[in-house]
Amino acid sequence: MQTPQPSWSSGAHQALLGAYHGQGGNQPPQNDEMLAPDGTVKSVWGSFFEHLSNLSPEDLSDRFSRGDQYLRDAGVLYRQYDETLSTEREWPLSHIPVIIGEDEWEQISEGLIERADLLEYILADFYGDNTLIETGQLPAQLLSQNPAWLRPLVGMARQGADLLNTLSFEIGRGPDGKWWVISDLIEAPSTAGFAIENRIAMGRVFPNFFAGANIYRLAGYFQAFQQRLMDIKGRSAGEVALLSPGPMNQNYAEHAYIARYLGLLLVEGEDLIVQDGKAMVRTVGGLNPISLLWNRLPSAMFDPLELESNSMLGAAGLVQAIRDGTLRTVNMVGAGVLETRALMAFLPKIARARLGHGLKLPNIATWWCGQDSQREHVISHSAGMMVGDAFSTVPLMADPRTTAFDNATDGPDAGQLANLLRTQGHTLVGQEAVTLSTTPMWDGARLVPRPMCIRISMGRTENGWAVMPGGYARISAGDDAKALAMQRGGKVADVWVTSTKRVDTPSLLSVPKNAETQSPSHALLPSRAADNLFWLGRYVERAEQQMRIFRAYFARISDGADHSDMMPTFMRDHLMQGVAADAAAIAARFGDPLGLALQSASRISDRFSPDGMMALRGLVTDAKALDHMFVPPEDIPLQVSRLLRQITGFAGLVHENMYRSDGWRFLSIGISLERASNMCDLLAACLAADPASGALDLALEIGDSVVSHRTRFQIAANSNSVVDLLALDGQNPRSVRYHVTRSKGHIANLPTRHDDHNMSQVAKQVLLLETQLANEEPAAMTPKVLMQIKQDIWATSDTLNAYHLA
Amino acid sequence: MIYAIRLTIAHFYEQPAANSRHLIRVLPSTLPNRQDLMAHRLEISPEPDARSEGIDFFGNKTSSCAHRDQHRDMAIRLSCHVQMHPRAPWRDMSPGVTQLRTIHQNLRDLGPSSPLHFLGPTGRLPPDRAICDFAQDLFDPTSTTAGNVIRIGKAIHDAMTFDATATTVDTDAAEAFRLRRGVCQDFSHIMIIGLQALGIPAGYVSGYLRTLPPPGGVKLEGADAMHAWVRAWCGPDQGWIEYDPTNATLVGTDHIVAGYGRDYSDVSPVRGHLRSAGGQKNTQAVDVTIAG
Repeated sequence: MQTPQPSWSSGAHQALLGAYHGQGGNQPPQNDEMLAPDGTVKSVWGSFFEHLSNLSPEDLSDRFSRGDQYLRDAGVLYRQYDETLSTEREWPLSHIPVIIGEDEWEQISEGLIERADLLEYILADFYGDNTLIETGQLPAQLLSQNPAWLRPLVGMARQGADLLNTLSFEIGRGPDGKWWVISDLIEAPSTAGFAIENRIAMGRVFPNFFAGANIYRLAGYFQAFQQRLMDIKGRSAGEVALLSPGPMNQNYAEHAYIARYLGLLLVEGEDLIVQDGKAMVRTVGGLNPISLLWNRLPSAMFDPLELESNSMLGAAGLVQAIRDGTLRTVNMVGAGVLETRALMAFLPKIARARLGHGLKLPNIATWWCGQDSQREHVISHSAGMMVGDAFSTVPLMADPRTTAFDNATDGPDAGQLANLLRTQGHTLVGQEAVTLSTTPMWDGARLVPRPMCIRISMGRTENGWAVMPGGYARISAGDDAKALAMQRGGKVADVWVTSTKRVDTPSLLSVPKNAETQSPSHALLPSRAADNLFWLGRYVERAEQQMRIFRAYFARISDGADHSDMMPTFMRDHLMQGVAADAAAIAARFGDPLGLALQSASRISDRFSPDGMMALRGLVTDAKALDHMFVPPEDIPLQVSRLLRQITGFAGLVHENMYRSDGWRFLSIGISLERASNMCDLLAACLAADPASGALDLALEIGDSVVSHRTRFQIAANSNSVVDLLALDGQNPRSVRYHVTRSKGHIANLPTRHDDHNMSQVAKQVLLLETQLANEEPAAMTPKVLMQIKQDIWATSDTLNAYHLA
Repeated sequence: MIYAIRLTIAHFYEQPAANSRHLIRVLPSTLPNRQDLMAHRLEISPEPDARSEGIDFFGNKTSSCAHRDQHRDMAIRLSCHVQMHPRAPWRDMSPGVTQLRTIHQNLRDLGPSSPLHFLGPTGRLPPDRAICDFAQDLFDPTSTTAGNVIRIGKAIHDAMTFDATATTVDTDAAEAFRLRRGVCQDFSHIMIIGLQALGIPAGYVSGYLRTLPPPGGVKLEGADAMHAWVRAWCGPDQGWIEYDPTNATLVGTDHIVAGYGRDYSDVSPVRGHLRSAGGQKNTQAVDVTIAG
């Protein structure tokens, strides 16, 4: 232990420390990450604490909000999802890191590596010879009644390859100062992406300190793991993809982030198909083989044909592709069985049998109540015990259904529980309710000690297991040091592993080593993503058109026209599909497509900018407000103009900020085809109306071309001039021809299939359409011809769909 | 006795389907000293782009097939001969249920026919209070395991009404029991949950049943469907016994086994996955006749 240096005795230092001590009552918090039991700051925290105490509370709050602002700008939010929309709140970053010295980290790592090897051995046995059960080291029910043990995978662990390539663990420090494993996170641990996000934000909060302190960087770990993925894939030609449950999953953002970071193709089950014995991804350029999948679905959902038959998340035939050896997965499908809580009761014994000694890093004490002696232990030691489902793979302390024995007020009494344990014992485990160490958190005015546990990620590299030097801590919201309290929300903190020597400083933001592997994967556009982008474009454009009609309608109403007058009636009947004369019903005509646009966008948020998402969300919210709020008719045109400016801003983002990828092309084609088609509708209706009604001027108004018309023609609008400007003018970004030409350009740049050397059918169709529009005279553009053109536009769209998106 | 079995399962799609895959479990099993699958042919039309045969965890024969191009319908046609051997006369060698529980608690075998797989629950068959109470009320502690199995199977047969319109293939057992109506699948699921509630390992059997023409009538060709019944483990000496709760009978040589599983979803005749915009209609026709 290092003696405190003189400068630390400054007033600020004492004040900060004194306030922290004060939280523990009369004595400093015991079992604290920052403080030694005697109340002094531990040496690994020394320089950070000094840095902190030199900052005034105002300084700190400035810095913290800078970090939060960065997270908001980067689109890092805590996401919760319901049916269609996601709700987001601020990423709950605790701005005070958890600091651990490299010596201690080294010990933790050794323990976790030992555990990882043991888990690999157990997994191979579970899906192989079952000797652990045959020799009585494990009760048979732990597999035979375990929903996570997937029988179709039995026998597939004998191939000699590593079954596990990445794992996460949650560990906590008990009252004796030793670390315990709280849970094994095998199946879909979302550790790595969150760790990167926290780290980048913390770099903004403490920029000066961070640069000079010897904090291990995370980038090297990711480079090594990325290399590992390429090694597993080997020379096979296929892609490496991350299989996500999709946007409805709370960890989707992390999936999207880590896939982008490691240069993996992000896919969903719908993207995959097994053909000729090989797993393929459906892309806009045809089928591309996948040779390695990083599965982030619950394993049972991986393949509806052989596993959970009602799974909508996986793809049929994937298990057979694994059996045939054409597809590999990063972790074996079915590995989730290792998360079974009851397994923790037997790991110490299995470790002794296998290693000849106990685990270096023990797990939280666990008893499986299917065995008499263990069950009676739980009953007789029920104070300080948690009880929960033996087969659940949710960490016990994070499970809302967990029953704490020592909290008899809202649980069943001890007698009832004892009875339950004696009748249903094999389905239950008891687990010691551990008391966790505390770590400092800033409560707005001072540091306060809060219970915490740490999530750590590890992966195989060419040199064996590597533990990420860092991770993220979950910090309890309250000061109840029982692990159970973790379930009630809280914060996350960056974990710093510090060295006494200088550390390498590769940047997380630098391009990963295998840049060449990144570009092809990301350039591939799954058909599902393209389809969603195409529809996003269509819905946004449809909403815009309807807003323009809505504005023109209420401009007339607020001018004194009645809903039953000729023009409003014409508009409702011919431009709004006969909608009722009711503001809410009319507003729904753009509110609905906006909602659908947001749905499409949220399905592809990995390919769509956070700014774009935010703009779209703002639009939906504001459009809803217009829908629900009572707005006087005379104010409606003004309110809608504001919405129109927002939607134009969105279009600007698309055109100014999006990379010119195939994805952008599908989005643009969606916009253009929808606009061209809507313009055909508008023109056909207005040309068919009585010229004296002012319908032609209405077309110009809705088509945003009043000024252009004045500039080009200097005469009152007539049917020829309006058709010329809105249908045939190649320079007017509101005209049919303009958008057909633009679509033609995009279509020409789309990937074609390998066996297709000629011009594609869709390219031919759009070329014909463009030629027709270039040659047509205004007078020939009757409503009938316009409707034919509209049909041709959608025929082109169908061909496009069949070729690229089916 | 040799039976000739003919089965046709047809799927009709409202909209053309493409990229379909199916996993089929319809071939009769070969069971030593009980049943031999002889000549057999399993045809799939349209001709699949890929087809392979396999054996699943529980030892059942599977065929899987894939169709890439658009198609409007798919049909599976099985025709086969199965030789059934005479069964030994029924003799109850099973222990009491309490003793049975101790025996299976100490088993360490996870092979395909280990009783350990059949203690429940499964995702498809969660425990159900009403069925559990029903079984507990009938339980006779003075009788053997097999005696209790037959007693419960018979009681389910008596309590339930066979009704092909009351339930669908997706109806859960608790619902069918509440209605006291259903088909062989429902009868079997209810019995499995009941036996498991007593600690008796029980599983689902799918297969074919030779049926007789109605009294005075003519047997209609293809009027039958695949059948299902229950097997229960009655200790090491007795082994597995099979009981058909739909017909309230111990299984003899009229029941031809096609698959063993924990519940319907382990042995469903056809599991499929396809891309289609519309719904689908399925038909099934079975004929079991004496060939010699």
